[in-house]
Amino acid sequence: MASGQGTAASSSGNTAFFGFPGLQGILLVVTAVLMLVDLYLIFLVAPTDAVLGHVQRIFYFHVPIAIVSFVAFFVVFVASIGYLVTRKSGWDSVAHAAAEVGVVFVSLALLTGIVWARPVWNVWWTWEPRLTTTLILWLIYVAYLMLRSYVPNKSQGALYAAGLGIIGFIDVPIVYYSVQWWRSIHPSAVVGPLADAGALEPVMQYVLFYSMAVFLLLFLYLLLERMRLRNIEDGLSLLRFSQRLKQSNMD
Amino acid sequence: MRFIRPIAALVWKDLLLELRSRDIVVSALVFGFLVVVVFNFALKVTPQRVAELAPGILWVAFAFAGVLAMSRAFVREREQGGLEGLLLSPVSRDAIFLGKALVSFLFMLVIEAALLPVLAVLLNFTAFTFTLLAAILLATLGFAIVGTLFSAIAVQTRSREVMLPVLFFPIILPVLIGAVEVSGAAIGGGPETGVVTRWLPLLAVFDAVFLVICPWIFSIIVEE
Repeated sequence: MASGQGTAASSSGNTAFFGFPGLQGILLVVTAVLMLVDLYLIFLVAPTDAVLGHVQRIFYFHVPIAIVSFVAFFVVFVASIGYLVTRKSGWDSVAHAAAEVGVVFVSLALLTGIVWARPVWNVWWTWEPRLTTTLILWLIYVAYLMLRSYVPNKSQGALYAAGLGIIGFIDVPIVYYSVQWWRSIHPSAVVGPLADAGALEPVMQYVLFYSMAVFLLLFLYLLLERMRLRNIEDGLSLLRFSQRLKQSNMD
Repeated sequence: MRFIRPIAALVWKDLLLELRSRDIVVSALVFGFLVVVVFNFALKVTPQRVAELAPGILWVAFAFAGVLAMSRAFVREREQGGLEGLLLSPVSRDAIFLGKALVSFLFMLVIEAALLPVLAVLLNFTAFTFTLLAAILLATLGFAIVGTLFSAIAVQTRSREVMLPVLFFPIILPVLIGAVEVSGAAIGGGPETGVVTRWLPLLAVFDAVFLVICPWIFSIIVEE
């Protein structure tokens, strides 16, 4: 199974990109064009916020990125269940790629959040439920990637990672609510517009939705690209292995 | 009965091993004591701040000592190929999981029973209140359940000493928050009785959730 996939990818991997476009190629071009339009919309079309000023524009990056990271971890969860049920390595590679892309996105969500919080709330960070849960998400999926790279046996690593992908995702709402109850007893020191999605102007809403769609496409592209890349890596290591085997047989 | 006997046998095996070697409980206990002493100097605990700082010190000491004890529990199984033997025996995976979790629970309780009086003396608070003991029991149960799953995973990895805490602490965070909240109310003795009635049942709920998920995942992912 793995060998068939690996060799197929390593032989067609180079040409699929430049020879004829393929799904990823089309997705890349479409996403790139739509992303440029998104930048235009965010910086030139969306009205400047009356209270917050230009800094509010980071909102159009921050919210879609955060939502995409949740989508990514949901994909990890579903693919992990799929892997445990079917034991097909395709599910595993979806889960692995989604976790990698998800960690990048959740890191960006935290960073853009911090940059935004400073001018708006006057603090870099606050232990508010949503922020805390996002940080815990980041920790869980960094641990997920660490686990993947620290398990020597690959199929065993896939199983363990699937277990963590499931328990990690189930844990997220529990973390969210427990932090909420915890904070409700020690009220937050931050006084400010915590409810960021209060009343959005229609134009702002459209830009936000558009931006969300573009970032979802970007996620899809990165996911497929990462899976393709891992396929090539697997094929390459298989090739190297068989080469070495052949050499040692000749010696 | 068919379910309980293998669990009892597993627990007895580990208790006997521990009684003869004493290496898990003693090393974790000394480590936990060290954590308490280090925190005392790091935080400058004065009598006025005891109610504020004691719950944190208590649970950091318990959690770190517990992680140490739990990681050792599976290392021991792995060294001599004990885990393979367990998995080959005609016992369900759930029973193996529950046996190991029960052993970790008992080890942690012993460690905590020894650390708690020391903490109470060093930090000057009343340790033996019903609320605090209930919080310790419930939170330790959650720790043991989640910790057993992750130490079974971590023991198969390179750098397992790092992997267990890295996997364990993000997942166990809700239990840790609840434990610190209830202990704070018990030690401070303030008017915050709402904290206890809210968090004690929640801790039980968290334990129940983990008790459903963890044996299930364990029985699927632990192979050969």
